[in-house]
Amino acid sequence: MITDTGIVIAFYVIGASTVVSALMVAAVRNLIHAVLFLVITFTGVAGIYIVLSADFVAMAQVLIYAGAISVLLVFAVMLTPTGDRRNAETSFQAPALVLAGLLLAVVVFVIYDTDWRIASRGQFTTTASSLGRAFFSPYVVPFEVASVLLVAAMVGAIILTQDEDEEAGHAA
Amino acid sequence: MTPRPLTLITDNWYDIRDLSNLSGKIEELIRDANGPHWAVWVVSALLGAIGIVAFIGGVAIINIWIERRVVGRMQSRLGPNRLGPFGLLQPLADAIKLMQKEVLQPKAADGLVFSIAPIAFTVPGIVIMAVLPWGRNMSLARLDVGILFILAMSSLGALAVFTGGYGSNNKYALFGAMRVIAMLVTYEIPSVLALLGLVLFSGTMDLADMVLFQEKFWIPLVLVQPLPFLIYFISSSAELNRTPADLAEAESEIAGGYHVEYSGMKFGLFYAAELINAVAISAIIATVFLGGWWFYKLDELVPGWMIFIGKIYAVYFLFVWTRGTLPRFRIDQLLAFAWKWMTPMAFANIIVVAAEVLIWDETGASAGLVLPLYIAFNMLFAGVLIVAWVRFMGPRFSRFPDRLRYFDRIDVPSLPAMRAPAPAAAAPKSGSGAPARSASEGGGDLRGGRLVGGPRP
Repeated sequence: MITDTGIVIAFYVIGASTVVSALMVAAVRNLIHAVLFLVITFTGVAGIYIVLSADFVAMAQVLIYAGAISVLLVFAVMLTPTGDRRNAETSFQAPALVLAGLLLAVVVFVIYDTDWRIASRGQFTTTASSLGRAFFSPYVVPFEVASVLLVAAMVGAIILTQDEDEEAGHAA
Repeated sequence: MTPRPLTLITDNWYDIRDLSNLSGKIEELIRDANGPHWAVWVVSALLGAIGIVAFIGGVAIINIWIERRVVGRMQSRLGPNRLGPFGLLQPLADAIKLMQKEVLQPKAADGLVFSIAPIAFTVPGIVIMAVLPWGRNMSLARLDVGILFILAMSSLGALAVFTGGYGSNNKYALFGAMRVIAMLVTYEIPSVLALLGLVLFSGTMDLADMVLFQEKFWIPLVLVQPLPFLIYFISSSAELNRTPADLAEAESEIAGGYHVEYSGMKFGLFYAAELINAVAISAIIATVFLGGWWFYKLDELVPGWMIFIGKIYAVYFLFVWTRGTLPRFRIDQLLAFAWKWMTPMAFANIIVVAAEVLIWDETGASAGLVLPLYIAFNMLFAGVLIVAWVRFMGPRFSRFPDRLRYFDRIDVPSLPAMRAPAPAAAAPKSGSGAPARSASEGGGDLRGGRLVGGPRP
């Protein structure tokens, strides 16, 4: 249970900034601004992981989401022809609102329905080595399956982006 | 691990040779005064932060001088030598000039994004300094995942560069930013893989523990793992935009990269951030590869943080050296170098290191037997791999390359001087001779107003 004053203050500050920037992602009309707010949200989530003393997950969150996924999003926005302009009005607003409300209802229901227990053991001394042991002994099959999936996705991406002219030029 | 007896360093708080005495004394005072229990943490965090920010302020001033003087010496120039002894006051004059300058902002710029970019570019380099072990007991924040923290922070630079390029609302700034992002994303892979080999070998991601590992086995890891050192050095110099890879702002070729619209102290912050990041990367190399504050028996006589700063500047000198002597890459060469050479080499290195760790664990051989063997093998492996790669996978060396040039495909309108003189103009003899001479100097044939092919013997 989190009882220390500093941690509680940190949790509320980080949580508030995360939620506000997540709202801004949906509210701002400029797509690039939305991406930048999304980065703040990712970083805020990493901060919450740190509050929960899951430092490895927090660093992975910053490295993968704030560092890599955001760059991917930037490239996606830059390569979209009308990406830089203001978002036009869309007829999907009402359905999206309904969908978001339903999702919120599901999440709230799950939060209240779950039997939250306080773990009896103390905190991990080093999360990185505990995660490593877990990955390589009980969860080795999902871990390997995930890596095979990633390799397949990478090969697929390379094949999709391959230029036929360029290949012919290399063969010649 | 019990500290070895220190011969010269005393426990007095005023002894600057061990700064942890001072913070320990302050913590003691707070405890004696029955201060609140969190005051100890606040005070020690503040002390460390002040120390690091002071160091960075000094670095940003002094490194400008070092950079310009050393590169000047390497290029047979004098460098700045007017202000103060040896030109030492030149950086101060530069800083005052930058502060006085008006901070211009393009009318169509994206205000907040434009202003945040220099700050977002500077912060990661400063934050990295917090997790480094500056001495035996001198880490501001000792993290179990220190290396991962460093990688995470340095991956944020790409986005800061993009915000600068996008916020300027200038297409050249955006092009420059995209070049930098392509480079950063590409070179992150080999640098992460190079550090992964070291994490495997030392069995920890904690930077302080990595230094203790090198102290325990009495060897800097650069000897055991020379190939990751080369890979990390090259890829981090690309990430830092330093000269073999400074395509972002290649002064002699393009307008000025992602910070073309910045002026005044905002530009100064970008300039300082590049130096700060260079020192941060040098500090990482000094910690991980060269043993940080440890140097054989020297750390018993000299405080660890002085040894550490000495190592930082030794690595920084290497960066200045490459900057002063190497010519610049082309963007396609640079990216191909990362994907086709360094990434496969880093993978090969990881396989070798994993096998070595496994052999060491399984046989339980003594370090004195295993480490010299590994040093010999890894040096041989690095040399053979590099030479073989250049021999069999690299492009053939050719003094006069005659492969397809890109400018041959692009239909460039001919320059006025290259056009055949119109008969009605009745150009003088000397005027018509000029284009032919310039074409022969360029080394190509003049065919229909276009340069075709490279120089031929």
